[in-house]
Amino acid sequence: MSPIVASLRKTQRAPRVAIIVFPGSNCEQDVLRAFGCMGVRAEYVWHHATDLGGFDAVVLPGGFSYGDYLRTGAIAAFSPVMEAVRGFAAAGGLVLGICNGFQILCEAGLLPGALRWNAGLKFICRPVTIRVETTDSPFTSAASPGQGLEIPINHFQGNYYCSPALLDELTAEDRIAFRYAANPNGSVGDIAGVLSAGRNVLGMMPHPERAVDPAVGGRDGRVILNSMLTALQSLGAGAR
Amino acid sequence: MSEAPPALVSLHRQLGLTDDEYARIEGILGRKPNHAELAMYSVMWSEHCSYKSSKVYLRTLPSQGRHVLIGPGEGAGIVEVDGVAVALRIESHNHPSFIEPVQGAETGIGGIVRDILSMGARPIALLDPLRFGPLPVEGRAEPAVAERNRFLVEGVVNGISTYGNCIGVPTVGGEVVFDPCYSGNPLVNVMCIGVAPLQRIMLARAHGPGNVVLLLGSKTGRDGIGGVSVLASSAFEEGSETKRPSVQVGDPFTEKLLIEACLELIERGVVVGIQDLGGAGICCATSESAANAGTGMRIHLERVPRRERGMEPFEVLTSESQERMLVIVKPEDAEEALATCRRWGLGASVIGEVTATGQLEVFEDGVCVADVPAASLGDGPVYHRPAGRPDEPPPLPDTDVAPPDDLAAAVLALAGDPSLCSKRWVWEQYDHQVMLGTVTGPGADAAVLRLPGARKRIAVTADANGRWCAADPYLGTCHAVAEAARNLSVVGAEPIAVTNCLNFGNPERPEVMWAFSEAVRGLGDACTALATPVTGGNVSFYNETAGRSIDPTPVVGMVGVVVDAGPPGTGFRRAGHLIVLLGETLPELAGSEFLRIVHDRPGGLPSLDLAREAALGKVVRGAIARSLLAGAHDCSEGGLALALTECCLAGDLGAAVSPEEGLPVHVWLFSETAGRVLVSLEANHLPALRALAAAEGVPVSFLGTVGGDALRIGEEADIPVSTLREVYEHAFPRAMQHA
Repeated sequence: MSPIVASLRKTQRAPRVAIIVFPGSNCEQDVLRAFGCMGVRAEYVWHHATDLGGFDAVVLPGGFSYGDYLRTGAIAAFSPVMEAVRGFAAAGGLVLGICNGFQILCEAGLLPGALRWNAGLKFICRPVTIRVETTDSPFTSAASPGQGLEIPINHFQGNYYCSPALLDELTAEDRIAFRYAANPNGSVGDIAGVLSAGRNVLGMMPHPERAVDPAVGGRDGRVILNSMLTALQSLGAGAR
Repeated sequence: MSEAPPALVSLHRQLGLTDDEYARIEGILGRKPNHAELAMYSVMWSEHCSYKSSKVYLRTLPSQGRHVLIGPGEGAGIVEVDGVAVALRIESHNHPSFIEPVQGAETGIGGIVRDILSMGARPIALLDPLRFGPLPVEGRAEPAVAERNRFLVEGVVNGISTYGNCIGVPTVGGEVVFDPCYSGNPLVNVMCIGVAPLQRIMLARAHGPGNVVLLLGSKTGRDGIGGVSVLASSAFEEGSETKRPSVQVGDPFTEKLLIEACLELIERGVVVGIQDLGGAGICCATSESAANAGTGMRIHLERVPRRERGMEPFEVLTSESQERMLVIVKPEDAEEALATCRRWGLGASVIGEVTATGQLEVFEDGVCVADVPAASLGDGPVYHRPAGRPDEPPPLPDTDVAPPDDLAAAVLALAGDPSLCSKRWVWEQYDHQVMLGTVTGPGADAAVLRLPGARKRIAVTADANGRWCAADPYLGTCHAVAEAARNLSVVGAEPIAVTNCLNFGNPERPEVMWAFSEAVRGLGDACTALATPVTGGNVSFYNETAGRSIDPTPVVGMVGVVVDAGPPGTGFRRAGHLIVLLGETLPELAGSEFLRIVHDRPGGLPSLDLAREAALGKVVRGAIARSLLAGAHDCSEGGLALALTECCLAGDLGAAVSPEEGLPVHVWLFSETAGRVLVSLEANHLPALRALAAAEGVPVSFLGTVGGDALRIGEEADIPVSTLREVYEHAFPRAMQHA
């Protein structure tokens, strides 16, 4: 049993979700609000933090950490907090990277592959349909296999790349979480989100937090947040 | 050789000051100004900063209203909505964007965002009204010119996308319009909306002698020196690319840090006054905030962090390096303010202190390099420039045209015109969703936004019609106000306030000054009639290249309060719904897109009745409040033809309509009479709508029914919705493809 699971089993409390704030993050308030819609009070954690003790899940939000200068996610990957995120993930904790968060996770080596400029060399902000490729993960368990989710993308560098060998490996290990129904950015295998080998780290380009409130973008993003909260509950957090 | 070599021209003339202005400076100081002082006056008394040609007219605008908290004269106007402060302002960045489109557009956003921030408000939305010369596909400009126009569109959109997306402020609306008059001088205007708790509104006031002056943000470099006087306050000639060093470079990452750090400082309660650094840099921010508070300021230039060595005092004072703010704090709060900035990784330095002298004293390494009355820099000359109606009025077009042989082809020509077609290509490059407040985003009549801290929503739009203003600047400006109000009404919003960006040619030409005065008169009359006070704005003169002036283009930005929480969409919603026109279609094709596009006759403009416009707004909002409407759409550019097209596309439904008796079908379809709104509704709601309209004297005409998969216009045209979509959606991407 992983240490984090053991610690969660012992607790009897509401799940605590950390939202990491890097200089230049700009979706942290939206993620906070989305979790709020789900009845969970998430908390901001500054990028200088070195300890994620007490948290049950960690979200790396979208935005332009360090202005996307050098390369998206490249500088944030060296933030002090990333060592803590690494430890948190190694202990089995749930880590969700959205958009820039996905880019940071790739740069930090927590997820394989890289995100390149969109094939059309344009920034794209629009709702897309992604297909749930696996329900065997703490981020997708509430979906039905093959379910289509309409969730907005908002990126210039969301064109996922990995080597053919790695693609085979990801496929064989069922680690492709989502594929685009119609590929907007040229990503290899239409990939919109990938899981770590331990299945507890997910990186995805679409923004689930933008699809939680029907007034501004639909409800399909709730499937992902619900899956996470269910997973946390089964781990013990929030169990009463 | 008519021009004297530069070395022989007096320094003040090189800096853009007239001999009279120079004499005035000597009078103020009682001595000759030194180089640094002269540079300070030259930027502060430039047209861009001083509004010296426009002031006498702007004073006449109505600025009072029950929602208005802060009117013209501050960083932005502020209106109260549902207990929170909503800040609004619009600015131009036309010349920089022509010279360097990406950086010009980027720094335009940076500037307006800091204007909003200087009021203590968090920026929550951007709108970008853009105007360019014709694209290559239009065949209305020389190929090389058209190709450059395409390049400018690409660059400006890229700049807005890069900067706006990075700072996390959604771009929710705007316009993209093409006309030959903008080939040498595109218009890149940007509007920003901000929100603050009422008690947190800040002003640019350097109160309290002894208080500390902090400079926050980027280091100061040689970029943008004299931007306001060189770029913004003179016309372009051949070889303008040599002015490139006057264009600043944007750093959106630092801007994002600046937003967060400033808002945190305000929340911590340590800010006495705050002012953005834009045009005229440190010189402007220090003198204005001191003059506003009736104080003085002592500045130590060696404490200003610099990007390069060897900068002269005048360069440090007038540099327009971006992403900087001036903050006044009490001495005991200085350390907390500096620590807050350090936490954000943002540069911050104490550069001086507030004094009681009324003087702006500037030192470098202990040596006084400038000492001038702070208020005198902002109290520049005011000009009553000669204004004269042009000898020959603009020609009226011959509107007597035969009905087109192929009406469907004419409708499709409008739907596929770059000015009228879908701008999805543009706004999909903008993050229009971040902050989760965008209820209705780009592509609609007006954007509808949630207001943090309030239950009510606001609606925002920006509108203009330069072609109509060229025909009649007074009436054309009234039209812009009327259309903005209509755009708000159709989303259920009551218009409450206006901001404006007045883009004109060289004010030293009497006909330009006349057009300007007429436009301001129109703005005032229309805003009075529609109860939308003017809360401020921006004047952009010298929009002229090689002697060719742009059409007068007053852009009207308007904010409204959404009265009903559930505004209808634009489009047709269900087969069987009735299609009804509110307002009357007059037999007038002058100024219509139909005459411009199909017959190449661009002149003239339609009539306008402001009282009817106000009545129409009441009816539309009343009908929405009573949930009578399934959809509502402004009927303006492109007339009923384009309104019907857009309603079909938005709902993915066809429609069958019958032309009005007594009007030739093409006149009925393409006339652009103002004061009309196209609505769709369930049949059983029609009597209630008629009653509402009758009470206000607004005509109601039944046009037809929603349904099928084609737009059927009497017996004259039958256009599949799929064809309309193909033309309307693909026109812009095609036009933007490389030749």
